[in-house]
Amino acid sequence: MPEFEWQFTLVLLTNGIMIGLMYALIALGFVLIYKATDAINFAQGEFVMFAGFLAAVAAEIAGMPFWLSSLLAIGGMVALGFGLERVVLRPLIGRPVIAVVMATIGLAAVLRGTAVMAFGAGTRAIVMPVSDEPFELGPVMLPPVQLVGAGVSLVFLALFTWFFLKSRIGIAMRAVADSQQVAMAMGINVRRYFALAWAMAGIVSALGGVVWGTMLGVDNQLALVGLKVFPVVILGGLDSIMGAVIGGLIVGVVENFAAGYLDPYVGGGTKDFAPYVLMILVLMIRPEGMFGRRRIERV
Amino acid sequence: MFHRESGVFKTSYAAEMALYPLPIAKWAVAAFAGLFIVIAPLTLGEYYISILNLILIACVGALGLNILVGYTGQISIGHGAFMSVGAYTAANLVTHLHAPFWITIPAGGIMAALIGAVVGIPSLRIKGIYLAIATLAAQLIIEWTINHVPAISGGVQASIQVPRPSLFGMQLRTQAQLYLFLMFFVVLAIVGTANLIRSRIGRAFIAIRDQDIAAEIIGINIFRYKLWAFAISSFYAGVTGVLYTYYLGIANYEQFQLTVSIDYLAMVIIGGLGSILGSIFGAVFVTLLPILTRWFLEDYGWLFFSQGDLLNAIPNLRLILFGGLIIFFLVVEPEGLNRLWRNIRNYFRVWPFSY
Repeated sequence: MPEFEWQFTLVLLTNGIMIGLMYALIALGFVLIYKATDAINFAQGEFVMFAGFLAAVAAEIAGMPFWLSSLLAIGGMVALGFGLERVVLRPLIGRPVIAVVMATIGLAAVLRGTAVMAFGAGTRAIVMPVSDEPFELGPVMLPPVQLVGAGVSLVFLALFTWFFLKSRIGIAMRAVADSQQVAMAMGINVRRYFALAWAMAGIVSALGGVVWGTMLGVDNQLALVGLKVFPVVILGGLDSIMGAVIGGLIVGVVENFAAGYLDPYVGGGTKDFAPYVLMILVLMIRPEGMFGRRRIERV
Repeated sequence: MFHRESGVFKTSYAAEMALYPLPIAKWAVAAFAGLFIVIAPLTLGEYYISILNLILIACVGALGLNILVGYTGQISIGHGAFMSVGAYTAANLVTHLHAPFWITIPAGGIMAALIGAVVGIPSLRIKGIYLAIATLAAQLIIEWTINHVPAISGGVQASIQVPRPSLFGMQLRTQAQLYLFLMFFVVLAIVGTANLIRSRIGRAFIAIRDQDIAAEIIGINIFRYKLWAFAISSFYAGVTGVLYTYYLGIANYEQFQLTVSIDYLAMVIIGGLGSILGSIFGAVFVTLLPILTRWFLEDYGWLFFSQGDLLNAIPNLRLILFGGLIIFFLVVEPEGLNRLWRNIRNYFRVWPFSY
């Protein structure tokens, strides 16, 4: 057992928080869709990857500045969200859970194949116009990219919390999620809000793609970030934005601690393993997560 | 399966539940058995039989997954991992104890069934999306464990050499011999599934799928039956893993990753949920899809791609086709190939009259 070093712990903790906030950003896309349409998006990682490709290719080939390529990625993902909702998800409304799960898994395969076929298998870079100098805070070094990513996450998480609590559209969306029939009877255009939810998830995924793409580089491995979404949303609760933040933070910190303290003993890889063990525990004890709504079933 | 009846004339429950609804069904099955057991291995070349072997292995796994997904209505994205449990159990038995196949195959199945039942425990409290995510976690955790525990994986490469099984002191060397060996287990799996579904357990599975709370109210112990479903389904998966290991001659966790779980789910969906014939259709379809894609692109790919792009295009086009077909079947024909087959059959039932 190495001697307890508070500096090492502090570094792990801050890194975990930064990464966790960025996980929360991706999880937000998942939560938005679940909250509004009751659908589970197993293609969230592929959405992020696709957005990353759009931004990277726009910057590299067309020579667009960073902000313009990001905007283009957002626009592209909104269009993709609308399109997919119309073609794939809408016909599946009212069908069993496994149908939607499998459809998004199929979607993931299509997106991964299309992205690599259209944009090539090589790793592309997104260059954010910030300095490479890490920001020093005592013993902790923070790359500016991570700071920007965490900042973007916080802003959007706050924005969507407000959106669902206060705005007219947000309230309508919650009504649709609660009961599609009642919402329809109250004169809410359910289909329009479904499309809107997918488009909003597209925006969030685009931001996630740009941020994560800057950090890791863009290739088909970027989609693996999506696998981290599940522990985050299960921990926090599938339909809670607050839960996405807290869940993201917990997963980020836990995986950094696991990597820092357990890896030397078991030979690596605990980073991808620990969040899932935690998730299984949560599923056993409190399946609806910390902030999720408990569902009551009737025959 | 391949017969035409002119109406429903059943007057007893025994007739309703019979394996062969009409005498001609027996002859049809016998003819098919003759075609596939005698004629196919004698006439086809090694390469084509090796493809048939892949299909046979997939049939066992797809039947098992269909028991869980199609008949009991529980999702599992962890079947690839259950297969790896079977594969490594068998590989370790072979390397350490020189166990013959009639020990390794049931042992692999039972080990996978135990692990599967443990994974199924949360299914009492959670369902649908939560169960999907829990089994996904099981897939990743089992994969990681096998990869990181040398006692299971046999070292750094995490792969163990396994010799082909021997029968009556003779090792199975050619693909045709292996084909007959695998065929035995496929027939066993088909008959086993057909009989399971006709039994009390199978009826309970179907009741749970249709409405689990209602099933509990009429006196079905859903916890026990859900665990049974997971255990039986994982048993099939474990056997599939062992068979695949014998086919490849090596147990390697990379052969049983998340994509394999998804492949098998796709077989069940494309073939038809809750149908034995559908599982077989699905296994044939999903196994052949990448092979046919490759053949097609190798012959005609130059029409669309340059030589350099072609190597890149084959796996990606396969992914796009695969995902696209899953979506297509879910949206357009939710009951899968089995339904298409039934439609064709119903059309010919009264042919040439239109009603």
